[in-house]
Amino acid sequence: MNFLATIGRVFVAALADIGDVVRFAGRTLSHLVLPPFYFGLMWRQMLHIGYFSLPVVGLTAIFTGAALAQQIFVGSERFNAEGTVAGIVVIAIVRELGPVLGGLMVAGRVSSAMAAELGTMRVTEQIDALTTLSTDPYKYLVVPRLVAAVLTLPILVIVANIIGVFGGFLIGTQKLGFNVANYLQITVDFLEASDITSSLVKAAMFGFIIAIMGSYHGYNSSGGAQGVGRATTNAVVSAFILILLSNLIITVNVFGT
Amino acid sequence: MSQHAKICLEGLQKGFGSKIVLDGIDLEVMAGESLVVIGGSGSGKSVMIKCILGLLKPEAGRILVDGEDIVNSTPGKRKRMLRRFGMLFQGSALFDSLKVWENVAFGLIQGQHLGRLEAKKIALEKLARVGLPADVGELSPAELSGGMQKRVGLARAIAAEPEIIFFDEPTTGLDPIMADVINDLIVECVRDLGATTITITHDMSSVRKIADKAAMLYNGKIIWHGPRDEIDHSGNEYVDQFIHGRAEGPIRMDVLKP
Ligand SMILES: Nc1ncnc2c1ncn2[C@@H]1O[C@H](COP(=O)(O)OP(=O)(O)OP(=O)(O)O)[C@@H](O)[C@H]1O
Ligand SMILES: [Mg+2]
Repeated sequence: MNFLATIGRVFVAALADIGDVVRFAGRTLSHLVLPPFYFGLMWRQMLHIGYFSLPVVGLTAIFTGAALAQQIFVGSERFNAEGTVAGIVVIAIVRELGPVLGGLMVAGRVSSAMAAELGTMRVTEQIDALTTLSTDPYKYLVVPRLVAAVLTLPILVIVANIIGVFGGFLIGTQKLGFNVANYLQITVDFLEASDITSSLVKAAMFGFIIAIMGSYHGYNSSGGAQGVGRATTNAVVSAFILILLSNLIITVNVFGT
Repeated sequence: MSQHAKICLEGLQKGFGSKIVLDGIDLEVMAGESLVVIGGSGSGKSVMIKCILGLLKPEAGRILVDGEDIVNSTPGKRKRMLRRFGMLFQGSALFDSLKVWENVAFGLIQGQHLGRLEAKKIALEKLARVGLPADVGELSPAELSGGMQKRVGLARAIAAEPEIIFFDEPTTGLDPIMADVINDLIVECVRDLGATTITITHDMSSVRKIADKAAMLYNGKIIWHGPRDEIDHSGNEYVDQFIHGRAEGPIRMDVLKP
């Protein structure tokens, strides 16, 4: 009985949280379309999210692409199907690993930073101060982060895709003995336009999740340094979970039929 | 001094969880008047100001500014109302991503849409008023001492020359001389700008210098409200104990004695 009550309480609390997040996202979107717009802040966030994430996203992609090619080679060799390596690498990278790994890396870097920054602003009353200086904190703080994340994630993911495929190409041609022209030909043949579209849609979706989770937890943090720490952790964990979940949903809907 | 109530609180109530902080505050501030609010630490002075600014939503009661209820007004109206307020936060609340002068100029650029050059000129002028030279303007807030941050916060609060200004402990953390300079500045704001101000302070010399009226907050209520000169013989034992800072009296501090 007690146990059921606990489950019920957790469930209700989770629903309330979801409601809060949805309301937060809705408010942000409504501020997105109404002036004033802070283009300078958006640009700064784009640099911060996009440009400075390039190294970590690139490294992740190249190592993953290389390891992937090696493993697929080992697996396909048993069926004498080594010729499929290039094709499977490009599909796996563009459809799944590029967006997901890119999204997760940026979530780890950026959601946490957003939550920490907005959380500190909240507990030091800077967000209150914004309001008293006739500036809407949603417009000034949340909207630029959201716009920047949704616009830059697709670009980052394209870069991740290219570098990831290139990692597979390096292992394939330098270690596994594939012919360069042949490998590239198979890569191009396997890749379809819909793969790229879904990759970009996923990336934009992940950008949305990263910005909303980071901002939401930071904006609503309370309780000093400890509260900011909690907000940061929650932002990253919830962004990870939502990225993986929404990735599955998009994959099943686009490729499952 | 025109005699209409600029700010009027009626039965204001606010609590956090089960804890009641404000328990029916009734208070009037006349236009052009300087009211000082005193009261023990944790008595709800900052909460009261934040309710007036709309940063906290009271559970009950009305807040009238120029006779207009701002608790239950539309967001657009509330926003226009905020433009008439200035606020010095107790912890300064400077934006640490911006330089000092950008902090001071923030309301001018965002609220009044001044150009950066013009806003900077005004910002440096206000910084000079609080005793900070122009080169401090180029620093980031994290590079300042606590007292300097407070003065920047003060410059930011008065930069847009608002009609109504709230000062939450403006002289806390300042040396006695600078505290007196700041007291003078607040007096000037009231006199020159014709601003209506509410100042929270624990500093009795501030009270004597800047207050037209004083009010004391205790146990969620205003227990005394009157002209400054009457504060010394208010006949209220709570006020007496507070202004003389005596440990003995009707106000008991919950501290453990060995
Ligand atoms: N956001 C909040 N959440 C929960 N409780 C709060 C919050 N803000 C204030 N309180 C509580 O309200 C009470 C009044 O706080 P307030 O900051 O108004 O005190 P104060 O009179 O300004 O004190 P001081 O002179 O020390 O600044 C305190 O007991 C505090 O614990
Ligand atoms: Mg206070």
